[in-house]
Amino acid sequence: MTVPVVPADPAVRPSSRGPSPVRLFLRNRLAVVGLVVVALAVLFCFLGPLLHPTDQLQTALDRANLPPSAGYPLGTDAVGHDQLGRLMYGGRTSLLVGLAAGVLATVVGMLWGSVAGYAGGWVDAVMMRVVDAGIAIPALFILLVVSAIWKPDTTGLVLILGLVSWLVPARLVRAETLSLKNRDYLLTLRAIGGGHTRAITRHILPNSISTIVVAATFQIADAILLVAYVSYLGLGLQPPATDWGAMLSAGLTAAYSGRWWLILPPGFAVILVVFAINAIGDGLRDVFDVKGH
Amino acid sequence: MTTSAYLIRRLAQAVAVILIVTVVVFCLLHALPGGPARGILGAQATAQQIEAFNREQGLDQPLPVQYWRYLTRMFQGDLGTSYVFTSPVSQLIAERLPKTLLLTVLQAVIGILVAIPMGMWQAMRRNRPVDYVLTGASLFAYAAPVFFLGLVLIVVFNQTLVWFPSQAPRGTTVAQILQDPAGLVLPVMTGAVAMVAVFSRYMRSSMLENLTEDYVRTARAGGASRRQTVVRHVFRNSLTPVVAMLGYYVPVLFGGALVVEQLFNYPGMGLLFWNAAQSSDYPLLLGCVLVISVATVIGSLGADLLQAAIDPRVKAGRS
Repeated sequence: MTVPVVPADPAVRPSSRGPSPVRLFLRNRLAVVGLVVVALAVLFCFLGPLLHPTDQLQTALDRANLPPSAGYPLGTDAVGHDQLGRLMYGGRTSLLVGLAAGVLATVVGMLWGSVAGYAGGWVDAVMMRVVDAGIAIPALFILLVVSAIWKPDTTGLVLILGLVSWLVPARLVRAETLSLKNRDYLLTLRAIGGGHTRAITRHILPNSISTIVVAATFQIADAILLVAYVSYLGLGLQPPATDWGAMLSAGLTAAYSGRWWLILPPGFAVILVVFAINAIGDGLRDVFDVKGH
Repeated sequence: MTTSAYLIRRLAQAVAVILIVTVVVFCLLHALPGGPARGILGAQATAQQIEAFNREQGLDQPLPVQYWRYLTRMFQGDLGTSYVFTSPVSQLIAERLPKTLLLTVLQAVIGILVAIPMGMWQAMRRNRPVDYVLTGASLFAYAAPVFFLGLVLIVVFNQTLVWFPSQAPRGTTVAQILQDPAGLVLPVMTGAVAMVAVFSRYMRSSMLENLTEDYVRTARAGGASRRQTVVRHVFRNSLTPVVAMLGYYVPVLFGGALVVEQLFNYPGMGLLFWNAAQSSDYPLLLGCVLVISVATVIGSLGADLLQAAIDPRVKAGRS
């Protein structure tokens, strides 16, 4: 009896693989909302100034602390900057610094974690105790100390933030590496003389990509929050540069004088964006079925 | 692994971690412009004075020798001298730490007392409107910076309703702080709200996990009512892991205290730290970092041990 050989149709996925990742993501309504919010925030910060051009460099004390009006939809701040324009201008810094620091932290953590997990033994033990020690020093505190010592500019702030927040991704990637490194194909690779670097960069990291992407998403949200804390506490970027946290550094004065337009917009901007990115992270975690965080 | 072996292993890890933290702090002290000599001579010292001091104090010795000396001093409670206060760092911290502990313990107790019933309620009414509303509210508060929560509370309860003062109580001792309970309301509430956001989520998922366990079905099959099962079994089993999470929450509590104390002008270690950051008082900053890191290590050690005590799988599964 001959069995007809049916060539596998690449367009038809085996049913056991379930719905496509995109559809899985879209099924999580909160994640979709998050994606829309982040897209709107990016448009607002980067294209908004085209529709609502403002001067964010020159101070103008004669129009300081004005309440919202037709000319200044969100009023003006204590040195006369248009608050709506400032929200866009500060948002650029918050989003860019958060993105860069989150990605940097993930890349550093990814390399550290994969090397530790792959090497095993005492190298792993030492590298992971370093991670434990880093986690034991609360990020906000070490961030303030380092910022007080070096008074960072934007690039410096990204580097410092990356420096203090690569630890959690390192742990996650290490765990992933441990589960991958004794798989047959990696043992085979080593048996035929494949190098360690090749094993890590060609096999372990690509196979950990889902963990890495999910970790990066949460790292970006955390970094945006951390930047806000550091700037609020007066140790972030110095004027004329600003971000949503720095806009709140005079929040107490604004609260006492009833100038809600100086507090609520930057505060809600941070909350919305962080909330949205966390929701995207949750959605991606569902898609990839990743544990942790 | 036996319990005592696990205990010893975990303690050894904690000691190793604290030692690495001291290395980091030591390196940062030496990375400072002027090095640790400035910590003692003050920010105004000249280069000649620093050089003479370095020779005198052995700061020209190899770094490992210096590190060893730093470590032995630290174990004698000597954390250096503040630039600004010109008094021992350990003394300054000893004066402020109890007040920060008062603040954080009050936040934690009130936060837990609200979060536990809230998480339970959500779990029992899963996917009903009340669950959605509370989940939304806690995700919202979770994404909010603590200083913004504090500002909103000031606007609502101090500026609009005029119920509570926006200035924390003053005083050098815990007893003096406690004489002005009204002043404590908003600082405590700020931290508690942030805590409820996190711990109600833990409690909710812990309850949901336990509700699907076999023992629940067994108890129900044995004739226990839903209420009885939840009160007698599910609640207790869900609560312990949530309480253990408190140990991991120690660094967040201190971070929150930093912001809350700065916002409400509460005379604790967080405000001390913030002022030290403003005035570049490095010995004081690094002394605080050391104390907070040790507290963090103790917190997570406690949480690990508690979890191992509840769940034997933790001991076996640790790498």
